[in-house]
Amino acid sequence: MKAKVYVTLKSGVLDPQGKAIQHSVELLGYHGIADVRQGKYFEIALDSALDSAAARETAERMAREVLSNPVIEDFSVEISEA
Amino acid sequence: MKFGVIVFPGSNCDHDAYHVISKHVGQPVDFIWHQDTDLSTYDAVIIPGGFSYGDYLRAGALARFSPVMNSVREFAASGRFVLGICNGFQILCEAGLLPGALIRNRELHFICDYVHVRVETADTPFTSELQKGSILHLPIAHAEGNYVCDDETLAELQSDERIVFRYTDARGELTEEANSNGSRFSIAGICNRERNVLGLMPHPERACEDLLGSSDGRDIFRSLAATLAALV
Repeated sequence: MKAKVYVTLKSGVLDPQGKAIQHSVELLGYHGIADVRQGKYFEIALDSALDSAAARETAERMAREVLSNPVIEDFSVEISEA
Repeated sequence: MKFGVIVFPGSNCDHDAYHVISKHVGQPVDFIWHQDTDLSTYDAVIIPGGFSYGDYLRAGALARFSPVMNSVREFAASGRFVLGICNGFQILCEAGLLPGALIRNRELHFICDYVHVRVETADTPFTSELQKGSILHLPIAHAEGNYVCDDETLAELQSDERIVFRYTDARGELTEEANSNGSRFSIAGICNRERNVLGLMPHPERACEDLLGSSDGRDIFRSLAATLAALV
């Protein structure tokens, strides 16, 4: 089982790094970019004995307790077989 | 009274804090390795600045899971005193001992500079020897010092007078420029509801000798010592 965890800043939280990235790509000549938000991505290999519900439960708990800070960030979890 | 300075892998202001307590406050102080869990002999602990765990994941995020932090939580709940400086403030926020979070500075850069902060309340064990409205000249050195919190938390911090320090100019005026990291409401330091846990981004322990450019930081440690002396 593999868990993919995406951690993103909550919509109200200023993202100075995203702003800097947006500024840089605009300098490179990319047009039509309304906003860039930066986040984190984790790939977690889980024990193959876990079924997908148990894998999701484990990954969501990790995301909530460690991988994200609930004050400023949201997360989402995807579970796949491989 | 006895002080402890907690040392995580990556702490780098631990010796400064130790020096201030032993030399300027003149009290016994120990280093406490983050694997230790017995805080029973201490009256106050300092969580120093630095880059615990290399700031991996988020500043302060991994230090929160060190064994000593459960003891710090119990220590704080028992009413004893916890002072978190810079990375220590970040750790206290990550641990949920203080509300809000510290994110990347508004202008992205690591800022190493002297700033002015205004004392917003003398009603804490850490500012009791100061006057409300006093201006302190203190150094900052951080990339993630931009304090954020939701509206509800800010309202509560204000109504409870738990905002202890705000960034100002030398005259004590709040300006956008003086708030160099972009902190919400120019917040430089806050305390918990019980007022025995303080976190601040500036480094008072690096500003305790005139030779270093300022000795304004001493009053924070002297306040804490005076509070402890009054309890004995």
